[in-house]
Amino acid sequence: MTHEEWVDPEIVRPYVVTRGRTEPVRGSFDLISLAVAVGGPPGPEAGLDPEHLSIARLCREPISVAEIAARLDLPAGTIRVLLGDLFDQGFVTVQDPQPEVDMQDEKMYRAVLDGLRSL
Amino acid sequence: MVFGRSDRRRLPTAIKILIAGGFGAGKTTMVGSVSETRPLRTEETLTDRSTGVDDISGVEAKRTTTVAMDFGRITMGDDYMLYLFGTPGQERFWFVWDELALGALGAVILADTRRLADCFPSVDYFERRGTPFVVAVNCFEGSPVYELDEVRLALGLDPSIPLVLCDARKRDSSREVLIQLVEHAMKLRAQPVGTTS
Ligand SMILES: Nc1nc2c(ncn2[C@@H]2O[C@H](COP(=O)(O)OP(=O)(O)OP(=O)(O)O)[C@@H](O)[C@H]2O)c(=O)[nH]1
Ligand SMILES: [Mg+2]
Repeated sequence: MTHEEWVDPEIVRPYVVTRGRTEPVRGSFDLISLAVAVGGPPGPEAGLDPEHLSIARLCREPISVAEIAARLDLPAGTIRVLLGDLFDQGFVTVQDPQPEVDMQDEKMYRAVLDGLRSL
Repeated sequence: MVFGRSDRRRLPTAIKILIAGGFGAGKTTMVGSVSETRPLRTEETLTDRSTGVDDISGVEAKRTTTVAMDFGRITMGDDYMLYLFGTPGQERFWFVWDELALGALGAVILADTRRLADCFPSVDYFERRGTPFVVAVNCFEGSPVYELDEVRLALGLDPSIPLVLCDARKRDSSREVLIQLVEHAMKLRAQPVGTTS
């Protein structure tokens, strides 16, 4: 490639959406961390961007970081930053998945087996 | 766990299972056949922090790569949500594997008998990491037919690791593979109810 000045707009969009931020202000957010909206939708006084509002709308039902990213067609890292803003301002609550050490819970395995068998 | 200002709404616990295997082994097909929705796609953007470390121009020297992953969801009552992630094929994306494997219930490694060696890296990876896994031989038309014993030998699989035949296109078959995996993981890791701290 010789056109080094050419930048793919698909790469620029996530950068613009987060204003160049790559890390969330709060939280870390796994791909399967689940987010859900708290209270009403953010009003104009919150000063949020359209992408924030789209995420807030998706969060009316519990939804994972991966699904938000897929639905909005933005990289997961971008969603983490925006979700961090919403979380910081109290518009969403987030539940991280169980840590590795908690994989001993027999109840969890039984629930998953039941779920799979009834598919 | 992290909570916002109100925690009145109880969220399900998310669980993930990885679907690994070589190029074209049927990973996306399996994710799709057993999930509620068609496979979704998400991208991780990776900034290569190793380039330009001692370069005063800084930012410009960083290279970003995006890695795409397929995934699907299966709702399990009110308490659990199961996610299936197809792992990205190229080995240079190990760091994405590390992120995916963290906290995973286990992994299905799809083996294609036309290119059995393609699943060696996955077997090595999950063995080394201690992630419970099963190997599912995906049956493609016109591919050589092997006895499972031969496949086990060729892969150097321990007898304790479940090895099954499957057709990733069929929901029942994919589901059976997942059930085998969960039973296997439960045997390896679960403590009877009441004994966990
Ligand atoms: N006959 C047969 N074909 C299959 C089976 N599983 C997948 N295929 C076909 O094999 C091809 C590759 O399957 P994919 O699911 O795309 O494989 P993949 O592992 O996601 O491939 P990459 O992401 O490119 O590595 C597709 O054309 C599928 O329809 C199977 O069990 N039997
Ligand atoms: Mg694929």
